[in-house]
Amino acid sequence: MIKRSFEKIKPYIWLLSFAVFSVGSFWFGFDPGKTIYQSFTKSFIEMLIFIPFLFIIVGLFDVWFPKEKIEKHIGQESGIKGIFLVVILAMLQAGPLYGAFPVAYILYKKGASIKNIFIYLGAFSSLKIPMLGIEIGYLGINFTLARTLVSLPLFIAIGYLMEWYLKDKDFKINEV
Amino acid sequence: MFKNIVVPFLNILILVSLLLFIVPPQMIVKYLGAGSGALGFMIAAVVGSITLIPGFISYPIASGLLRQGASYSTIAVFMTTLMMVGVVTLPLEIKYFGKKTAVLRNSLNLIAAVVIGILIGIIL
Repeated sequence: MIKRSFEKIKPYIWLLSFAVFSVGSFWFGFDPGKTIYQSFTKSFIEMLIFIPFLFIIVGLFDVWFPKEKIEKHIGQESGIKGIFLVVILAMLQAGPLYGAFPVAYILYKKGASIKNIFIYLGAFSSLKIPMLGIEIGYLGINFTLARTLVSLPLFIAIGYLMEWYLKDKDFKINEV
Repeated sequence: MFKNIVVPFLNILILVSLLLFIVPPQMIVKYLGAGSGALGFMIAAVVGSITLIPGFISYPIASGLLRQGASYSTIAVFMTTLMMVGVVTLPLEIKYFGKKTAVLRNSLNLIAAVVIGILIGIIL
């Protein structure tokens, strides 16, 4: 009985411990705990912004885009145009890299090529337009432009390398 | 979808908040500032790979570094590893991609980040 209810809360164990820790920190005036909680809320707000987009994109792909279409545009035979499309898709999104994993899964399920999935992840990690705006504000246009232009060919190269290495190793992305 | 996607994300946020407490931004600025040279570059790559700092904290850090005289290449390698290499998120990435693929992707991206840092140093 106890074991079963533990299994049920297990996925939430970190969240629960953190909630108890934070409440305790405020209750007893434990400053490190308060600082940790404050930086958590900052990140949490960022997450509230990107999660809806993520669900919309995953949902859209899942329901609206038939497999043949995705395969044709960003699948094995899609060439330069496929690369271009995944880069644009990534640039229009927001959020940290792990936010792209569910999208990578749905792209994989719909027949995107290995190369394009990893180019997508690369572009998602550091070419997102909302982030580029912030980057220009803090670090200047020269830095942002140089970094972007240097990064893109490297991501594409990584895509090719990953595909070359993984193509006969029965690559798959799991639904989590 | 909530349990499988949002809960792991929240767990990552908790871990990130703990890490930010252990390694506060001021400390990062101190070690990666002016004259940190090749060692600073390497520290930037390691710190960037391990931690995961949200954009609205990492950009102010980067701009602080710049004002303190850090080189563009150190900042580039720091920002790039922060965005592309994630040791903290590796367990989640392994769930999606499997161990081999996840480790390979992170390693290749770390190499790419170092190359980006060096090239930025040459260009700017």
